[in-house]
Amino acid sequence: MTHSAAQISYLEDGHTLRNWLLTTDHKRIAILYVVAITFFFFAGGFAAFLMRYNLISSHGLLGSAETYNRLFSMHGILMVWFFLVPAVPVTLGNFLTPLMLGARDLAFPRLNLLSWYLFMAAGFVALYAVVAGGVDTGWTFYTPLTSLYSKGHVVAAIVAIFIAGFSSIATGLNFIVTIHKLRAPGMGWYRMPVFLWSLYATSVILVLATPVLAMTLLLLAFERIFGIGVFDPAIGGDPLLFQHLFWFYSHPAVYVMILPGFGVISEIVPAFSRKELFGYKFIVWASIAIAVIGFLVWGHHMFVAGTSLFSAIVFSLLSYMVAAPSAIKVFNWIGTMHKGYIHFDSPMLYAIGFIGLFTTGGLTGLFVAALAADVHLTQTYFVVAHFHYVMVGGMVSAYFAGLHFWWPKITGRLYPEMWGRAAAITIFVGFNLTFFPQFVLGYLGMPKRYFAYPQQFEALNLLSSAGAVVLAIGYLLPLGYLTWSLLYGERASANPWGATGLEWTTPSPPPTENFAVTPIVTQAPYQYEQPEAVIHE
Amino acid sequence: MNGYWPSATVEGREVDFLLLALLLVSYAVLALVFGLILLYMVRYRAGSGVSRGARSRKTWRFEISWTAATLAIFFGLFIWGGDLYVRLFQPPADALQIYVVGKQWMWKVEHQGGQREINALHIPINRPIQLVMTSEDVIHDFAVPAFRIKHDVLPGRYETLWFQVDTTGVFQLFCTQLCGVGHYSMTGEIVAMSQPDFEKWLANGAGPEGHEDMAAAGKELFTAHGCSGCHGEGGVGGSPETTGVQAPALSGLYGRSVKLQTGATVTADDKFIRDCILTPDKTPVAGYPQIMPSFSGQISEEKVLRLIAYIKSLKSGSRT
Ligand code: HEM
Ligand SMILES: [Cu+2]
Repeated sequence: MTHSAAQISYLEDGHTLRNWLLTTDHKRIAILYVVAITFFFFAGGFAAFLMRYNLISSHGLLGSAETYNRLFSMHGILMVWFFLVPAVPVTLGNFLTPLMLGARDLAFPRLNLLSWYLFMAAGFVALYAVVAGGVDTGWTFYTPLTSLYSKGHVVAAIVAIFIAGFSSIATGLNFIVTIHKLRAPGMGWYRMPVFLWSLYATSVILVLATPVLAMTLLLLAFERIFGIGVFDPAIGGDPLLFQHLFWFYSHPAVYVMILPGFGVISEIVPAFSRKELFGYKFIVWASIAIAVIGFLVWGHHMFVAGTSLFSAIVFSLLSYMVAAPSAIKVFNWIGTMHKGYIHFDSPMLYAIGFIGLFTTGGLTGLFVAALAADVHLTQTYFVVAHFHYVMVGGMVSAYFAGLHFWWPKITGRLYPEMWGRAAAITIFVGFNLTFFPQFVLGYLGMPKRYFAYPQQFEALNLLSSAGAVVLAIGYLLPLGYLTWSLLYGERASANPWGATGLEWTTPSPPPTENFAVTPIVTQAPYQYEQPEAVIHE
Repeated sequence: MNGYWPSATVEGREVDFLLLALLLVSYAVLALVFGLILLYMVRYRAGSGVSRGARSRKTWRFEISWTAATLAIFFGLFIWGGDLYVRLFQPPADALQIYVVGKQWMWKVEHQGGQREINALHIPINRPIQLVMTSEDVIHDFAVPAFRIKHDVLPGRYETLWFQVDTTGVFQLFCTQLCGVGHYSMTGEIVAMSQPDFEKWLANGAGPEGHEDMAAAGKELFTAHGCSGCHGEGGVGGSPETTGVQAPALSGLYGRSVKLQTGATVTADDKFIRDCILTPDKTPVAGYPQIMPSFSGQISEEKVLRLIAYIKSLKSGSRT
């Protein structure tokens, strides 16, 4: 905690609202994003909670299918576009990219601020859509239901996602240019932390895939407003065209949601095993492979949609190929723990939870990629469980792991460690209670997006809803103790975990200009040479 | 759940077997992953005095071998799932055809003999059944978990689904593609009966419009909508002498290849005939003036199915 007089921390550098809202400091913008996505996470979570409440009884406790459909649409739209896609890149990515590179800021600081405003504008339009009466089409907007039959505020929702897309593209471009141009002297590509590699891969997908989504949504809006026949066969369109275009964005997008999570875990596991990351280059190239092959598997969402047998077979094979690099990563994280000196601080507990849940989610991906098995399982609760294991068990755990890991750096405060561990364990238990029964439900054939369902599925749904209560408590705990730590937490040193990486060489919280002198990199990342180094010094 | 386990169809039981294999592979991998994590958490926890030995840095051999093993397992599952899927969607030639129309929010079924039902489907056991399905509005999905099958039902297309049940019983039918507010209520029952029972049911199962054969109903529509005015009575074809216009013969058409003005050759299947009725300008037949009006909006999907059944029944040169 020694900073020279010239270096005031970025948090103390001006306190007015204006200072914050017009800042171009990547660290402050990251904080603005944390506030925003926390709000969307809990708004989407609230919808989920009401949905689980509805499903306690086979008759549907909310009393109206319309309400239920609006809730799952709101849940999906908020969670996907306003939490999962941005989460790690815009918060941790924004905060850490320049720090990890040894740079002063991102390449385009004003563009970064603009991205935040676009994101907020998109969020407000989305909230308007919800308040004005909601959308009842689900987050996938399948046509012609969405283009012509839905009574919801579809156009507002589309506009929201359209604007959010521009925010994504701007952020992606910013990261790509920053990583190319602003690496500190000595930081060759293979000396870059895996977190930055995964952000790089993510950004490439964002920049290439998002425009396709934007155009698809535009066409959808045109069909809805002007009745031009793009997707509805009654007016000369093709209903499958929409699905091809939509998944061409949305499958790569699921990698946008998970790759940054891989990056976070790849930082944390070595730090708490006090050991070099096992198979660094394999992990790096696995990220690139996922980003590239991820563009070729969209058709696996359409195995029963009415496409040809041939295309189904090709997409099944490609899906297995894209799964392999994810498997490589899991083995490498475990390999990193081998012969390590493992410390069980909260970030590590979240990371271990991530590995377990992501592996379960990934393995169930094998079920839905095996064609004949997918026919039975698709569009049921099995798929709901599958992607929640990957996205929520995986990605949300990774976000929490990263938030806890870098919290001392971001805020300059430590949080109460016991609470951190308790929350990590509560989330893990609550998560499994909530989503594991859904695998069974799907296997027994319960369709997704049902407001009321046959009696025989009631017991498992009740179990799932009970789990959701535990999970909700698990997610509320960090909100409580992290807020508490902002005011009362112990002051953090520059490197409380004894981790490697340039971000730990600057004070916590970092000064506005990040580094007093530009660092020079002389070795590969993750050089944990002193196994017994003291933690919490 | 009547007959849920094991599946009530032969192919469904093969799917069960595949699912079991997937489950075993998953458990093995989970045991490995969780086992190693737990082992390392205990053995290599910071405080443990266990000797770590020298740290090796060579990872190539490990990486190559587990990547290869993973890919080999994946490839095996891919082949298995793909092979079964191909069989799942290739109906035997002698299947009994039944027509299904999805509509917000009900399933409308029509048997060859004209028997109609809603949210129910009666079938004989031990006989391949092929459903020919279309939708009047949005995309629906016809799913029968106990048979391990499902398929989307799209507007403007005919999708088919086949299965052969070998136990009698009542099985749940779901719509699994979000189709609006009533989606959850778009459910029904498949009633599988012995062949004699099924025949008895067919004999009593007259639809609301009377017990009329689909093809016979189609014949009435053919006249009522004025098709015969150009294509001639019995669909024998028209000429300036007989009907006043040059119109192709429909008898013997089904299953034949047809040459279009665009130069393309297509097979006259259900979908082709539907397109000729609803969007004739998209399927101009070579050698005839493009004068047929579109009947889109005038003839419902169900009536189109009856017209198709009628055209199917017209043998070459027949004059019925
Ligand atoms: C990288 C991690 C993964 C993510 C982020 C992810 C996410 C998702 C999401 C969001 C869905 C959409 C479900 C819906 O809207 O109904 C989905 C479905 C699917 N996933 Fe994954 N998944 C991942 C891993 C895998 C793996 C490893 C495989 C294959 C081995 C796989 C194969 C599939 C298939 C085939 C579907 C379509 C299932 C269906 O519609 O029945 N996924 N996934
Ligand atoms: Cu439906």
